[in-house]
Amino acid sequence: MAKLTKRIGALVLRLAAFGAALAALIVMVTSRERASFFAVSLEAKYTDMAAFKYFVIANAVVSVYSFLVLFLPKESLLWKFVVVLDLLMTMLLTSSISAALAVAQVGKKGNANAGWLPICGQVPKFCDQVTGALIAGFVALVLYVLLLLYSLHSVVDPFLLQKS
Amino acid sequence: MPREKILFAGGGTTKSWKVLLALRILAFIATLAAAIVMGLNKETKTLVVATIGTVPIKATLTAKFQDTPAFVFFVIANAMVSFHNLLMIALQIFSRKLEYKGFRLLSVAILDMLNATLVSAAANAAVFIAELGKNGNKHAKWNKVCDRFSIYCDHGRGALIAAFSGVILMLLVSAVSISRLSIYSNKSSTSTAAAVASP
Repeated sequence: MAKLTKRIGALVLRLAAFGAALAALIVMVTSRERASFFAVSLEAKYTDMAAFKYFVIANAVVSVYSFLVLFLPKESLLWKFVVVLDLLMTMLLTSSISAALAVAQVGKKGNANAGWLPICGQVPKFCDQVTGALIAGFVALVLYVLLLLYSLHSVVDPFLLQKS
Repeated sequence: MPREKILFAGGGTTKSWKVLLALRILAFIATLAAAIVMGLNKETKTLVVATIGTVPIKATLTAKFQDTPAFVFFVIANAMVSFHNLLMIALQIFSRKLEYKGFRLLSVAILDMLNATLVSAAANAAVFIAELGKNGNKHAKWNKVCDRFSIYCDHGRGALIAAFSGVILMLLVSAVSISRLSIYSNKSSTSTAAAVASP
């Protein structure tokens, strides 16, 4: 009975991670704002920055992977690969969040030494949506770390943890 | 059962131990090189900023890694990961007998995974900021940095290459640690089951 609750817990966790990655993807893709001042029109969308494009791609890969693993049967031999693939997906998620965060930080505060002005003052709604996408990505990351620990626990014989 | 005898006598003789040690040494060198090269990355140049009449005004500008928080994170994270690798190398070499006691293999595997994600995050953040510096961004009106500070960009590029090879090596190290964990736990469960079965 404990095994069934554990398995249901893992499925719920993976569904939640899938949902979070999908949410991050959707919020980033729909972030678009047009601002105009002095007859100059400026449109900010996520394809302007390479880091945001990478964020979208990474979250898409993670969502598809989570969706596929949801349907993996319990006694399959592929669970050993799931551990390493979970690690790979966690690395992908951290790298995408950290890249998008680094670029968004430059967009918000600018970089005085390089002469880069912040853009968040002109397109505040775009900045807010990007922040929301980053938060969703961070939630997906935390869930993925938990999933990684769970896959490690289920592949490696649980006997190890009962050993004194 | 000669293989079990070797396993329980302590590490140092199995193939996975040697592979892990080699990978860890390479990862240590790669991340240390990345941290040092980026940490010493600094370029000072005197540029003509404006011209008043016929007199050019020169200003001395310095490009250093502390200007960008992403590069600061890069240096700190690579230093942390290389320190972790050094610690694990020392542990592997100097305490072979205690290799399989308690939670040691599990904690080594988990720490390796965490450090792999850390170094991948640092390398990726730095590479996207470096791409911004190299190509600029027309939409945000951010101009390039690399055409004026080319030595700074070259050193940064070298540090990034070292960091990415560190990422791949840390991924391999984590994979080998996880496989060692699973080999040991499967072996111990089968041996104990055999011991229980045959009184």
